[in-house]
Amino acid sequence: MKSGVGTRILGVAAVASLALLAVMALVITPPDVNQQDAVRLIYIHVPVATCMYVAFGVTALGSILYLWRRTRDRKWDLLAGASAEVGVVFTGLTLVTGSIWGRTTWGVWWTWDARLTSTAILFVLFLGYLALRRVGGDPDARAKRNSIAALAACIDLPIVHKSVEWWRTLHQKSSLLDEETFLHPHIHGSMYWTVMLGIVSMLLLLSWLLIQRYRLAKLEDRFEDEGLERAIAERRAEALTGTGTGPGTGML
Amino acid sequence: MWRDAAVMAGKDLRIEVRSRVATNQVAPFAFLVLILFAFALDPDRGVLGTAAAGLFWVAVLFCALLAIQRAFAVEASDGARDNLRMSGLDPAGMFLGKASAIAAELALLEIILGAGVVILYNRSLHGPVLLVVTCVLATIGLAAAGTLYGALAAGLRVRETLLPLLLLPVVAPVLLAATRASEAALGGSPGDGWPWVRVLGVFAVIYVAFGVVAFGPLLEESS
Repeated sequence: MKSGVGTRILGVAAVASLALLAVMALVITPPDVNQQDAVRLIYIHVPVATCMYVAFGVTALGSILYLWRRTRDRKWDLLAGASAEVGVVFTGLTLVTGSIWGRTTWGVWWTWDARLTSTAILFVLFLGYLALRRVGGDPDARAKRNSIAALAACIDLPIVHKSVEWWRTLHQKSSLLDEETFLHPHIHGSMYWTVMLGIVSMLLLLSWLLIQRYRLAKLEDRFEDEGLERAIAERRAEALTGTGTGPGTGML
Repeated sequence: MWRDAAVMAGKDLRIEVRSRVATNQVAPFAFLVLILFAFALDPDRGVLGTAAAGLFWVAVLFCALLAIQRAFAVEASDGARDNLRMSGLDPAGMFLGKASAIAAELALLEIILGAGVVILYNRSLHGPVLLVVTCVLATIGLAAAGTLYGALAAGLRVRETLLPLLLLPVVAPVLLAATRASEAALGGSPGDGWPWVRVLGVFAVIYVAFGVVAFGPLLEESS
């Protein structure tokens, strides 16, 4: 199961757009009036944060599809797991880039701001989910357990978000997802397009990573299945010929 | 469903009354945590009194972890889990029963801890209505989420270390909301606390509903 031509093209496109993003972000766009060069971090920070939500969205969707009887298939659980893993990487990047940006702009590495805090909780929530995924057991039981855990974590997100927001708010208002500003951006033209390019290239990267991770998960799954079958077949053959001298004798 | 819940809760509470693990181990642990907080935060500087609400809820969380581990440990031995599965009890009822038993234990612990805070941290209680409502809703939320994750982690070899990692981030909003509401109550401005009570209410409703739906499949599949 090699990666297909489409996936390779996707990978190349991701690398190319990231290179273009680097040029746009570091050379072409002007420094910000208030934030100076720190604004350049936004071209990565906002896209990775967007990808983080997309990845966890895929995890939730995969888990629902697995739990729904009509679409029950282990591949959905594998997809959910792959996406969660990629999502955790993007969450880590979001926290790191946000922290560096905070140091230069707010003067501190970390503040207990609403979005920072809820992102940190999100990070730990899905680290827990990944830890749960690593626990062995019967594949179907495991898939069901994983899916339920993913959904239980996902329904918590709005509550975490809302409660932390009430607790304290210092973060900038979202400047892209607002309907009005989406159509009439109040940030500088080239800056706006660089953020957009950032989002597109990170989404490309996300899809490429996701496809590769999913492929790997399927291979692992197959290895586990076939490995077990082969082990059983070997032991049977040993029992028949009576030549069971290997270290595995008597295991099965 | 309700009858099954009562059977289940009765069974769990009877085990606790007879084995006295909650009273002999969890309650002293709660008391110990209060003393440890006093060591960590110098009582003379007044930090202890100001942070009392937060410390109280952190202590409750720790005790909740123990209570949940315990509630599922009793099902682990002698194939009790299989018997439970074959008992014909409604899974939703089982969930509600187990959650109510945990909630009852937690409520008892909260009373002990509350008394501890009043005596050891020198706080007086105000806004009793807000405090009681906060405790009740937070306890229901903790018990429901705890039962759900307890069932999820039960039977796994790494459950002792996995459960805190899974459960604590999920109940973060409960800690936050319960602390703010209790602070408002203790600080004598109960009006500030009621929005937080809503958060606790929403959390409790969502996790009770999710647990009722998800407990069946969880029990069925995990071994």
